Amino acid sequence: MPLVMLRKDSEGRLICYVPKKDLEARVTALEHDGEELWGGRLTLEDGESWYLEPISPRPGLPFEARVKRI
Amino acid sequence: MSALTRAEAEGLIQEVLEVYPEAAKQDRARHLAVNDHALERSKKCITANRKSLPGVMTARGCAYAGSKGVVWGPIKDMIHVSHGPVGCGQYSRAGRRNYYVGFTGVNTFGTMNFTSDFQEKDVVFGGDKKLAKVLAEIEALFPVNKGISVQSECPIGLIGDDIEAVARKSSAEIGKPVIPVRCEGFRGVSQSLGHHIANDSIRDWVLEGVTRGESGPYDVAIIGDYNIGGDAWSSRILLEEMGLNVVAQWSGDGTLAELKRTPQVRMNLLHCYRSMNYISRHMETKYGIPWLEYNFFGPTKIAESLRQIASHFDDHIKEGAERVIARYQPLVDAINDKYRPRLNGKRVMLYVGGLRPRHVVGAYEDLGMEVVGAGYEFGHNDDYDRTLKELGDATLLYDDVTGYEMEKFVERIRPDLIGAGIKEKYGFQKMGIPFRQMHSWDYSGPYHGYDGYAIFARDMDMTVNNPCWQKLRAPWKKGA
Repeated sequence: MPLVMLRKDSEGRLICYVPKKDLEARVTALEHDGEELWGGRLTLEDGESWYLEPISPRPGLPFEARVKRI
Repeated sequence: MSALTRAEAEGLIQEVLEVYPEAAKQDRARHLAVNDHALERSKKCITANRKSLPGVMTARGCAYAGSKGVVWGPIKDMIHVSHGPVGCGQYSRAGRRNYYVGFTGVNTFGTMNFTSDFQEKDVVFGGDKKLAKVLAEIEALFPVNKGISVQSECPIGLIGDDIEAVARKSSAEIGKPVIPVRCEGFRGVSQSLGHHIANDSIRDWVLEGVTRGESGPYDVAIIGDYNIGGDAWSSRILLEEMGLNVVAQWSGDGTLAELKRTPQVRMNLLHCYRSMNYISRHMETKYGIPWLEYNFFGPTKIAESLRQIASHFDDHIKEGAERVIARYQPLVDAINDKYRPRLNGKRVMLYVGGLRPRHVVGAYEDLGMEVVGAGYEFGHNDDYDRTLKELGDATLLYDDVTGYEMEKFVERIRPDLIGAGIKEKYGFQKMGIPFRQMHSWDYSGPYHGYDGYAIFARDMDMTVNNPCWQKLRAPWKKGA
């Protein structure tokens, strides 16, 4: 369950930063991306997928959370 | 000779790897690569931030070097005690040339060496009592200090001293912050972990309890500029000229009060990503302060960065950025007119630390020079991600390069200039190749900003076109 940090980059794209892996990758798909429910399956640009327990309501970014490997 | 082609570069890597035993060869092969613009992610071509191979010459430092030497050391109004044997502090004293203003020994302590000078008995019986005594003595002798940091050397971790307890007790006694830093040299694979530990100790011991308050509309902090040869000053004037209000410098010429003031800024401007991204990210999550990486090497990148910084502020700052760029343009033109003809087409190989292998590329290109090889001593994969697009296609990349590999690369490529550290300097100069020590600008500087570019250009010209390089062959060996 690595700790990741989700933030917006300068172009407004959602970025997932995994400190342990020095990985900074764009989030290409997010399962729940609404105001009410936010989270679920995160797909990164290099194809990796993580599961983030959905949060309600949508949190402010940047946001730190534990994610699960799928 | 022009730069290597992709096939030649790959061949060269194979050739260099030949001498290693099988296991070592496999390990080193992962650290050497040829740049490929098609790649988005560096981890596909290069492995970084791994333990150096036993038996090879590495130029890396230790966690103590990363914490005391890089992050904490330049904070001028605090006293940084090298807690442990005397050598670590003495041999790292003032070597990095972090300039500062103040009266050394009265209100600033940057070039002084404070150590607890561990002896055998301290290792056997524990050094906590000695540390408490040292802290009390420091307070008596240098009462104007604003705080003390305890930078652990290897033995502290090995014998398990409780420096946190001593720090808390002494801090209450002297009424000033005493910050224990667990940066024992054996931690991690290079100085990089030392940066991280130092960032974490700032987070836990300095920023703890500090809340976000009122900030001016243009308040920014310079993060990750260590004022080497005056770098932070030549960066700061540009930011101030465009209308920004620099409230803190981390950590070159910085003070403890500035660190504590940083959560009040609008934006953190991050120069050295490697050593201070941790604290920038922390301030982003805790206080919601955005951070932005910038690059103040060479006019192209400076103009790009100034505009990028300005784009996060209002029109007043945007106009300011254009005004600054226009104002310095004549200076830049004069430098380029003078030095470009002398440096055009020269090829450079770099092997430096945290940010320079990618940041200085623009400055060399402004002078018409070409970077044909680059590598980090202690970079991570996110550094290489940022490097891939800065460098030309088919450029040689080498991570934590060994003395042998570097020598072989240089022998084959014969660059016109090498920028690396002091450990490489004399070897390569004896091979007849001009060399600049790019860790602390070879006792010159500043290199940041427009004023720094003038000095950078002069230094490169002075080195590359020095007449001594024609005198390396003895007259009687020159032939008729």
